Amino acid sequence: MNRSLLSAVLLAAGLSLAPVAQAQTSLLNVSYDVARDVFKDYNPKFVAAYKARTGETVEVKQSHAGSTKQVRAVADGLEADVVTMNQATDIMFLAEKGLVAADWTKKFPNDAAPYTSTMVFIVRKGNPKAIKDWNDLIKSGTSIIIPHPKNTGNGRWTYLAAWGNALKQPGGNDKSAAAYLSAFFKNTPLFAPGGRDATTTFIQRGQGDVLVTFESEAELIAREFGRGGFEVVYPPQSILTELPVAIVDKVVDKRGTRKQAQAYLEYLWSKDGQTNAAENYLRPRDAEVFKKYADRFPAVKTFTVDETFGGWAKATEAHFKDGGSFDQIYQVK
Amino acid sequence: MKSNRPHRVLPGFNLSLGYALVYLSLLVLIPLGGLIAKSAELSLAEFWTLATSQRSMASYRITFGTSLLAASINAVFGLIVAWVLVRYEFPGRRFFDALVDLPFALPTAVAGITLTTLYANTGWLGQYIEGQWGFKIAFTPWGIVVALTFVTMPFVVRTVQPVIEDIEAEVEEAAATLGATRWQTFWRVLLPGVFPALLTGFALAFSRAIGEFGSVIFIAGNIPLVSEITPLLIIAKLEQYDLIGATVLAVVMLVISFVLLLSINLLQWWAANRHRSEARELDPGSTGNPANTQGAAA
Repeated sequence: MNRSLLSAVLLAAGLSLAPVAQAQTSLLNVSYDVARDVFKDYNPKFVAAYKARTGETVEVKQSHAGSTKQVRAVADGLEADVVTMNQATDIMFLAEKGLVAADWTKKFPNDAAPYTSTMVFIVRKGNPKAIKDWNDLIKSGTSIIIPHPKNTGNGRWTYLAAWGNALKQPGGNDKSAAAYLSAFFKNTPLFAPGGRDATTTFIQRGQGDVLVTFESEAELIAREFGRGGFEVVYPPQSILTELPVAIVDKVVDKRGTRKQAQAYLEYLWSKDGQTNAAENYLRPRDAEVFKKYADRFPAVKTFTVDETFGGWAKATEAHFKDGGSFDQIYQVK
Repeated sequence: MKSNRPHRVLPGFNLSLGYALVYLSLLVLIPLGGLIAKSAELSLAEFWTLATSQRSMASYRITFGTSLLAASINAVFGLIVAWVLVRYEFPGRRFFDALVDLPFALPTAVAGITLTTLYANTGWLGQYIEGQWGFKIAFTPWGIVVALTFVTMPFVVRTVQPVIEDIEAEVEEAAATLGATRWQTFWRVLLPGVFPALLTGFALAFSRAIGEFGSVIFIAGNIPLVSEITPLLIIAKLEQYDLIGATVLAVVMLVISFVLLLSINLLQWWAANRHRSEARELDPGSTGNPANTQGAAA
């Protein structure tokens, strides 16, 4: 009901734009919130390179908002040629709806994730609570700031990082991991509504002793708020956050933009694309580029969602669905 | 029959009635109907389980409790603000009058972020409140009340204001010359006239508060069972691509809100009627319960 109405509205909007779109090939990249900077820098590079190679001018438009909202809009008819997301679940949803190929992770190298990040700790200057590892977070008197684990991608990554780390301790199992998370949430006085708000709550409102967030976000904080007030702590082990991309087959076939969309995403793996990612503090896959920027990316032992949780579908089912492990922690006993 | 038909201001009554019904249907009834139709995909038992889970129940309590509190606070203080703005001349009155509408104009997220920064234990206000009395506001249900009170403040002021303007100062003077105390004047003469409008303002504030999301999530802390409002739970379900689960909560909220608003409307109708009939009686002695009881006793 709602959906068909929305589609009709979007279709009407699309029709009115159609004559403009035909004059020149354009691509719409629908992306998550904080990827703004990455693509603001990337798009002109791609347009220039594509023009040099094919002589064709492509225009790239961007759309940014919370990733789930974005994906829902695409499912409802927003004509995205490509989606660049911060979590595989979002693209899996489009695959379920038949907009994206079921084997989208095989269409590009590295499971279709051109760059990665990891979850790190941000602590107050001088690290007064001596936080070095995940176990330091659950000491009594430590207060942790994170975004909502069910409502935000950032929060889900944090949750899985904490769970996976507990699982990988000697003798670790699902029970000990659940116990760890339970202790973890005893130290969590609030859940921020989004990744950015968690940052504001920690840095500007001075709440909590430690903020768990993306490595790339940590750098952004440093640029935004200066390096004087806090430190970044790399735990010995954390999760590898893979940030996936995909072509929206249904749309590119309809609009005849497959060639351009393919080139646009492939270029993310080029030296230029990888350098751009590294410049924005995302870990590039390219070994050479990584080496060049190695001082930005301290060594962390990482684990992936696939190897630790058997993929996002299983992780979502076990932890974030209604009655999942997160809900079980917040039960009245 | 024909002679009894009241004169109507709008031309083409049937046309305007049709228009009004279509307008309301398109804007309100059809989307809400779609919502309920969507939830009908579930069996009643499934619906009930989803609607009454522990977290849902806690979130209803929080949402309706804080909304009720915020609307009540506004009913009291909004009335005072409206009274002062109408009845007193003071420098900057127009400025303060314009301020009342600001919570409407401000994007709610901005309100939420500002209030959180203000009331966090490091904020301008929060540090004193927590430092002096050890009372936390931001990231507790009290924070929700603060945000809702802010967002819904204009409703009461703006609905009550024109009614107070209509009450002539002579009425108060007359009450005073007849020997009423200030309290009696307020309670027996002024309040009955304002009460229906006050209830309307209260109902508007209350229903707006129930649906409020943008400002609350920043200040609430969003801890399950403690400070998680129902709209947040709905978003949580949408984040899991659980459209049905979200719909169930939405329908529950809708039904509770509708019942509450309907009862407020009935109360208002009753109050307005009573006030009118009381005013018609005009005889100050006729309310005399003593006479009745005396009669009964005799």
